[in-house]
Amino acid sequence: MNFKVKDLGPQLITVLAVVLIFGFFTYNAQVNMENRGIDFGYGFLSQEASFDVQFSLIEYDGSHSYFRAYLVGLLNTILVSVIGIFLATILGIIVGIARLSSNYLINKFAAFYVEFFRNIPLLLQLFFWYFAALRTLPLPQEAESTFGVFFLTIKGLYVPAFIWENFSIFFYSLVAAFISVIFIKTYAKKVQESQGKQIPVLFISIGLILIFPLLSFLIGGVSLSFEIPKLKQLATTSFVFDGGLSLPPELIALTLALSLYTATFIAECVRAGVQGVGKGQKEAAASIGLTPNQVLKLVVMPQALRIIIPPTTNQYLNLTKNSSLAAAIAYPDIVLVFAGTALMQTGKAIEIVSITMFTYLSLSISISVLMNWYNKRIAIKEK
Amino acid sequence: MSKINFLKPDKSNLYNYLYFGSFLFFVSILDVFLNSFFKINLTGFLPNFLSFILPLTFGFIGLHLIRIEYSGIKNLDLLNKHINTNNFNAVLSLLIIFIIIKSIPSAMSWFVIDASFGGDSKDVCTGSGACWTYIKVWMRRFMYGMYPNGEQWRINLSFIALALLGSVGYFATDRFKKYLTLYYVVIYPFIAFLFIFFFISGGPVFFDFSYGIIAAILSIIVGFFIPNKFKFYYFLIVPFLLYILLKYFIFYEEIIELGKLDGLNWVETGAWGGLSLTFIISFFCLIFCFPIGMAFALGRRSGFPLIRYISIGFIEFWRGVPLITVLFMSAVMFPMFLPADFFIDKLVRCIIAISLFEAAYVAEVIRGGLQALPRGQYEAAKSLGMGYWRMHVFVILPQALKLVIPGIANTFLALVKDTPLIFVVGLLEIVGMLNLAKTNPEWLGFAMEGYVFAAIIFWIICYAMSKYSYNLEEKYKTDR
Repeated sequence: MNFKVKDLGPQLITVLAVVLIFGFFTYNAQVNMENRGIDFGYGFLSQEASFDVQFSLIEYDGSHSYFRAYLVGLLNTILVSVIGIFLATILGIIVGIARLSSNYLINKFAAFYVEFFRNIPLLLQLFFWYFAALRTLPLPQEAESTFGVFFLTIKGLYVPAFIWENFSIFFYSLVAAFISVIFIKTYAKKVQESQGKQIPVLFISIGLILIFPLLSFLIGGVSLSFEIPKLKQLATTSFVFDGGLSLPPELIALTLALSLYTATFIAECVRAGVQGVGKGQKEAAASIGLTPNQVLKLVVMPQALRIIIPPTTNQYLNLTKNSSLAAAIAYPDIVLVFAGTALMQTGKAIEIVSITMFTYLSLSISISVLMNWYNKRIAIKEK
Repeated sequence: MSKINFLKPDKSNLYNYLYFGSFLFFVSILDVFLNSFFKINLTGFLPNFLSFILPLTFGFIGLHLIRIEYSGIKNLDLLNKHINTNNFNAVLSLLIIFIIIKSIPSAMSWFVIDASFGGDSKDVCTGSGACWTYIKVWMRRFMYGMYPNGEQWRINLSFIALALLGSVGYFATDRFKKYLTLYYVVIYPFIAFLFIFFFISGGPVFFDFSYGIIAAILSIIVGFFIPNKFKFYYFLIVPFLLYILLKYFIFYEEIIELGKLDGLNWVETGAWGGLSLTFIISFFCLIFCFPIGMAFALGRRSGFPLIRYISIGFIEFWRGVPLITVLFMSAVMFPMFLPADFFIDKLVRCIIAISLFEAAYVAEVIRGGLQALPRGQYEAAKSLGMGYWRMHVFVILPQALKLVIPGIANTFLALVKDTPLIFVVGLLEIVGMLNLAKTNPEWLGFAMEGYVFAAIIFWIICYAMSKYSYNLEEKYKTDR
């Protein structure tokens, strides 16, 4: 062991400074809380929250506990992050590829999109969508439907709701389909490595994913019907849509802003990744007789993904953290519900802010663990 | 003349294809153009759907006919190469051209033709276009927030002076060039700080500040007699101790009447706002987050395990939480952590919070640069007998920082774009002021104009910054 007494000095000083600062803070916090008559503790989580939340994925009203309110906020945050990540990835990949196009117009159009959206603060974009753009939508009674089932109004987007019977059977059939796809994929890989034969995995998997749920409909007794939103008159001038699923305008504005903003960064990651694959690789692949599609699938994409994944992970993390801007337009995410309303009601500043921060830390860590696992799978396996 | 095959245009009948193809192409564009600019629908006699799809079909056939490789006509070859390589590209190009033609008239009429510029009340805004009068009337609020109208020359003066002082680097002769780093890192921020507190804030802030000046002067004088070996630690510790000693023990509750500036009213930071506040916050956070980030980047690569773990903890904590919760913390939690009689201004708390937050990102960027340097650089510096600090200041950091210019620029851009978030603690910079103005009962319904205005301003700032960083990157690029 390479231990030196000389090294201890700076470390001890640093640790001492950190301990002193933290000690100072905790001491003050104790004194302040005693003066104001607040006691420290997480007991309030089980008390009755007595405030309502506009939009909730789980059953919730004022009689539920603060912990339940926390869960409502957390689920809303996760919902908007997942939708945002999904849309941003698709849009980002499309724009990133368009950015590489040889077509001058498409190229410039994509470049314009990227330069435009990423140089404007996200909060400003969010306000624009929520307070300016979505406010020009029609009132419920004047709304025109798309295909007769979707209604986009100033009060939100109304879509048909799915009404399932025996949903669990359908779900299990989907799971079974995916498991068999994974199984076939590994088998195909083994066959290719040992015998050089290629099995059309894509067609088989698409077929499986279609057939299994179809069987569940035919044999398993699953049925699906739609509940289409209908206009209902409350008073002479007040209309609402009844039935169906309603997405509040806050959610729409937030998803739009988050995905349009983050897509620009993902597009740049994709572009950098594809450009980062050496020209020689493509030429070598073409010279051994691979078709352009095969070159893209077998040579360029696996290498590009290695460059694309780490920065894209960062963008996913940013999107999740940026979803906290929801508080600015009153979308009931964790910051608004918990660090806003619950904090105002209980006054437990330290507990609530620390729980919120801890939640975001855990979300960030779980996303990066997931993406690191994926990154490790596609990384170069060095011997 | 050989047979004409419309499915496979070739070079032998070049001009036939060219004339017919370009005729179709221009007809399609003319149709869309007339339709969008003059509301004339040439194909109106056809059913709705056909009339909609016809220009696209015409243009597509036209582009197909003029797609002739190596035609020998320069412009045609350029056109084919750039927008017309295959059918798919041709359709996309046509769609983009149509979208541009379609969107020009409506955008123009909203921005300029139907917009109202004159007047100073809502009554002039009757057109269907934008109401720029709204921006004109609220301009002072958007720029200066609630800062009193009569005092706004102070902000202007400070910004002009700081801009002039900041441009010193361009005019410095070779003799002074070596002092520029010192100037920009230490002296310029200090002058900027004085400007903000003297001019923009004014009032009694200076009294508190005078202890600092006395402490600094005293410690510099004493510093001449300290042996070189301890000078670094001396200047690290003594001035702060002296300041605390002066403020809380020696002159406790007394006010030193030093350089008291009469005539400037005190403007509390709650009244600051608008674009000038964006600049002030970005400027100070930029200055503070850089050294803090550098320290933690070095700490994370330090050989001392305890320092390394503390740095990792710091960086990962700030990177894992959103800025909005950090600002929440600075607003509701931070006052609990300080002695009851100890008051820190809201703006200062904000600047501290944003600086610490961005410092973590800067630290990661700088660490990337440090890791990219080959080991040989460290070993060469050590073999010359350089110590830790000497090695880093003269060999490692200059190279590492050069490598990470794009990353640093991106972090600073993120910082500027994050400043609107300070609405959480009740400070209103330009976006916050917009939200306030749009709820004013006399000016309801002009949210769009306000956001477009702010978007243009932010876009110009951020785009200029990214272009500048690109230039810097080119300037300092050294081949290795």
